[in-house]
Amino acid sequence: MSSDAQQYRVHAEPYYQPQGREVALFEAAYRNRLPVMVKGPTGCGKSRFVEYMAWKLGKPLITVACNEDMTASDLVGRYLLEGGGTRWLDGPLTTAARIGAICYLDEIVEARQDTTVVIHPLTDHRRVLPLDKKGELIAAHPDFQLVISYNPGYQSLMKDLKQSTKQRFTAFDFDYPEAELETTILCKESGLDAEMASKLVKIGHTARNLKGHGLDEGISTRLMVYAAQLIHDGVDAADACRMALVRPITDDADIRQTLDHAIDVTFA
Amino acid sequence: MDESTRTYWARLDTRFPLVEAMFPACLADAHSVLTPKGLDAFLEAGRLIGKLGRGAEPLLAFLEAWPAAARVVGEGMLAPVMAVVQGLQKSPNGRAITPFLQTLAPVAQRLQAGEQLQHYLDLTLDLMARTTRSIHGFHTTYPSPGLPDFFAQAPTLLAQLDIGGLRRWVDYGVRNYATHPERQKDYFSLQSADSRAVLQRERHGTLLVDVERRLDLYLRGLWRDGDLLIPYSTAFDQLRKPVPYYDPLGMRLPDVQDDAQGVSGLDRYRAMLAHMVGHRRWSTPQIADNWSPFQRMAVEFFEDCRVETLLIREYPGLRRLFLALHPRPAEDACDPETTSCLRHRLAMLSRALLDPQHGYRDADLNDFVARFHDLMTPGASSTRDMAALALAFVAKTRRPSDQFANVHFDDTVIDYRDDNRHLWRFIEEADEEQSFDETRRHDTQEEVQRLPPRHYPEWDYHSQTYRPDWVSVYEALHPSGRAADIDRLLQKHAPLAKRLQRLLEALKPQDKVRIRYQEEGSELDLDVALRSLIDFKAGSTPDPRINMSHRTNGRDIAVTLLLDLSASLNDKAGSSDQTILELSQEAVSLLAWAIDRLGDPLAIAGFQSNTRHEVRYVHLKGFGEQWGDEVKARLAAMQANYSTRMGAALRHAAHSLRARKNDKKLLLILTDGEPADVDVNDERLLIEDARQAVRELERDGIFTYCISLDPRADAYVSDIFGRRYTVIDHIERLPEKLPEVFLALTKSR
Repeated sequence: MSSDAQQYRVHAEPYYQPQGREVALFEAAYRNRLPVMVKGPTGCGKSRFVEYMAWKLGKPLITVACNEDMTASDLVGRYLLEGGGTRWLDGPLTTAARIGAICYLDEIVEARQDTTVVIHPLTDHRRVLPLDKKGELIAAHPDFQLVISYNPGYQSLMKDLKQSTKQRFTAFDFDYPEAELETTILCKESGLDAEMASKLVKIGHTARNLKGHGLDEGISTRLMVYAAQLIHDGVDAADACRMALVRPITDDADIRQTLDHAIDVTFA
Repeated sequence: MDESTRTYWARLDTRFPLVEAMFPACLADAHSVLTPKGLDAFLEAGRLIGKLGRGAEPLLAFLEAWPAAARVVGEGMLAPVMAVVQGLQKSPNGRAITPFLQTLAPVAQRLQAGEQLQHYLDLTLDLMARTTRSIHGFHTTYPSPGLPDFFAQAPTLLAQLDIGGLRRWVDYGVRNYATHPERQKDYFSLQSADSRAVLQRERHGTLLVDVERRLDLYLRGLWRDGDLLIPYSTAFDQLRKPVPYYDPLGMRLPDVQDDAQGVSGLDRYRAMLAHMVGHRRWSTPQIADNWSPFQRMAVEFFEDCRVETLLIREYPGLRRLFLALHPRPAEDACDPETTSCLRHRLAMLSRALLDPQHGYRDADLNDFVARFHDLMTPGASSTRDMAALALAFVAKTRRPSDQFANVHFDDTVIDYRDDNRHLWRFIEEADEEQSFDETRRHDTQEEVQRLPPRHYPEWDYHSQTYRPDWVSVYEALHPSGRAADIDRLLQKHAPLAKRLQRLLEALKPQDKVRIRYQEEGSELDLDVALRSLIDFKAGSTPDPRINMSHRTNGRDIAVTLLLDLSASLNDKAGSSDQTILELSQEAVSLLAWAIDRLGDPLAIAGFQSNTRHEVRYVHLKGFGEQWGDEVKARLAAMQANYSTRMGAALRHAAHSLRARKNDKKLLLILTDGEPADVDVNDERLLIEDARQAVRELERDGIFTYCISLDPRADAYVSDIFGRRYTVIDHIERLPEKLPEVFLALTKSR
C-alpha cells in the first residue's frame, strides 16, 4: 500500500450537520488519541461524520469496508510472491499507523472475530502494531487514531463485537436526526425547498414506525437525500418517493401499499 | 270506482273484495308505467293469477308488484315471470307463488335490468327442479322445502351478492341439503351457520380479514396508533346499519366494504380508521346530561369536522378522501315547512367546514364556517370550544320544524364517521342507555372435559370450492395401556430389529460441513496452501495444515406418522390370526424404535371419524416426547372404531408439522382403506378432499406418503397421493415393510 499521506487527505469540507455535541467530543477524544466507536442505523451519517472530523482535524483518513472474508493480513499486510522471492506489502491499518492517519474500519462486525483482534495492541496504551510475519513491531505515529463503526441493528448472536474489543473504545450513539434537523439536511444536500423536504421526512417517519413489524430498518436519511435529489431534478414527487424510499426497503406487498398510501396522502 | 276503472275491473274477472279495494290504486300506478299493450297483458296476467285457485293473496301481490317491477326491468319481462308462475303452479310448489310475487318488486330493484331478472328467473326454476323430490314407489311428489324461504330472502341476498354469487350460494345449498328438508329450510332462510358463511364468501367488496394487516400497518405507520380491529357484520341488519366505533376492546369496523364514490374498500377502511384516530388524539369527553339530543348531535358534527381538519393538516391528501366519501347535500333539498331539517343543515355545515369550494350561500352557515376557521387557525382548538360553537349554531338556526317526526335523511349520513360514543359522559344513568356491554352474565355451565374443536374446511370437487369450517376435529391424548405389551412385541421382532439396525447405520446422510486446517483430509485447501507456500518462500515455517475434509451435519427431518384407526382395522389380516390393528401396533412400534435410533423428531397420531361433526385425532407420541414407557403404553391401548375422514386428519396433522423448523417434513399415513364416512354418500367426495389436502400440504413443504394395506387401493390411492404410496399386499409382513419404507424414503442418495 502506498504510504503517500497526501492522497488520503480530505480536501473539500464535507457537509455535516451536527446533531449534538459530537464534534467537540470527538475532538477531545482525538486530542487524547482515544479510539472511537460510532454506532447507529444504516444511512444515518456515521461515515460522513468521520470524514468531516478528518477534514476538521486536517488528518488523512484511511477507510476500510469490512467483510466476512477479510483476514488479518488484509488489514496488516502480507508478503507477495515476486520473481524468485517475496516482497512485503503494508495493509491499510499498517499504513495508517506509519503515516499517522485516522483509520476508519467501517461495519467492523462484518469482519470475523479472529480478524478484529489484530487491532487490540493499537487500541490500548501500547499503541503498537506487531507484524509477526515480517518480524517487525511498528510504534504508531503520534497522529494515528482508530475509528470503527457498526450498526447495532444487525446484532445477532453471530454478529456482535467481543467485550474485549468493545471495551477498548469510546463510543458515539448515532440515530436518525430529529425531523427538523433532517429537513435541514435534505435541503442542504439536495437544494430542495423546506416544505417538500419536510414531507419526505414525514414519509420516512411512517416507515420508521413500522420497524419491527415487517421492516428491519426504517428509511435512512441517505435514501431521503436520494429522493430529494430526484425531486430537485424534476422527477414527480410521488414517483421519486416510490423509487427512492419505498421500493429499496421492502418486498412486502402490504407494507409497500401502506407506504404508497402514505405518499399519496402526503402529496395531495 | 269510476266508469273506465270498472271496465278494467271487469277484465280482471274476479270477485275478491280485498282486491277490489286495492284495484284503483294499482291501476293508477300501472297506467303511469305501462303502455296500453302492456296494460292489457298486465290485466290478462292478473286474470290468470286470480284463477289459480290460491285465494286473493297472489293476485294482490302481483297487482302491487308488477308496475313497480316493470318500471325498472321493462314490461317485456312479464311473459318470463308468468312462465315461472305457471311452472310453480304445475309443480307441487304452488305455495311459493305468493312469496315469489311479493318479493318481485324489490328483486327487480336490485337487479335493474331485464337480462339480470331473466337469470334470476332461470335460477328459481332450476332450484325448484332440483329440490322438488319424488320418492320412487310412492307416487307422491314433495314440494321444495326451501323455495318459499328462498323467495323471502331473495332481496336481502341480492343486496349483497351479484347474480353469479347467488347462483353459487343456491348451488351449495342444493348440493348439500337436497336430502334434508329441515336443514334445507334453515339454509335457504339464512338460519344455518354455513349458509351465512357461504354468503360471506360470495359477497362482493373488500373483506376486513383480507386487509387487516395492511390496516394495522396503516395505523402504526401513519398514525403511531394500533388496536385490535374487530369486524361487525353488516349483512343481516337491514333496519339499522351498524356504524363504526371504538371502545376499550378495540376498533370496530364493518366486515366488508364495497367500493363507493370511486373510493376503494381499503381506502374507506382507512378513512374510518383515520377518523377514529383523530378522536383518540384530540377529542376529550364531554358531560352530556344537560344537553338535548339535538345539541349533542350538533356538537358531534362540529367535533368530527375539527378532528378531520386536524387530520388533513397532518396528511393533506386525506381531504380528497374525506370529501369523496362525504355527501354533498343540495342546499334546497329539505323543505323546513314540512320536515325536520336539522340533520340536513348540519350535514351541509359539515361539508362546508371541510370543503373550501362548498358553494353554499346561506349566510348563517357561512358565518359559522368562518367562526370555525377562526377557532382552528391558532392551533388545535378543543372539544369544549367546538361544543360552545355548536350550541350557538343550534340556537341561531333553530326552527320549529326541527321537532317534526318527519326527518330529512337523504345525503346526511356520513358513513366513515364513528358513532362518537366516546365523546359523552353521563353523570346520571339514563334509562335509554344500552348498558348490556358492561354487565355480563357468567355462565355457570360445567366445563366440557375436552379441548374445543378445531374447524377445517372440506373440498367439494363438484363446485371446486371449499366448504367453510365444515369438519370439527377434536384432539385428545390417547388413553394408556400396558407398556410391557409393546416390549413383548419388539422382543418378538428382535431378528428384524437387528437387520434394521444395519440399515440404520448406513443412514448417515446430508449437510456436508467443511472442516479446514487439517493435516490430512480429503481435499487440498487452496487458500491455505498458497499462504503456506508464501511463508515457505519467505523463509518462515509453513503451516502444514493445508487440507480440508467434510463431515455431515446429521439429518433434519420431522416425521409425523398418522394412523387410520377406523373400525376395519379390527378385521383379521389375510390368513394370519392377528388383526390388522395388532400388526399395525407391531409395525408402528418397530418404526418408532428405528426412528428413535436415528434421532429424527417423530410424532404419532391416530384418527377416526363419526360424521363431520366429530373427527377424533388422538396423540400417541408428541415431537418432544421420548420413545419410552408412556408412549408404549399409549400404543398398547390402540383401539379401532368408526370411519376414515382422511382430509381433516391430514390438515390437522399438517397444522402441527408445519410449525416445525426442520428442513424436511414427512407425513406418513398408514391406512387400510379408502376415505369414507357415514354421512357422505358420494364416495368420490372424501377421496377428492384428501387429494386436495395432500396438495395443500405439498404447498407447505410437507412430503406426504401413504402406506396402504388395502389390496384394492390401486383404484384410488394414486388419485390421492400421486406416486407417493406403497401398497403392502402381504399384511403379515407389515412390521418389516413399514420401517423399510421409511428408511428408503429418508435415505440420502
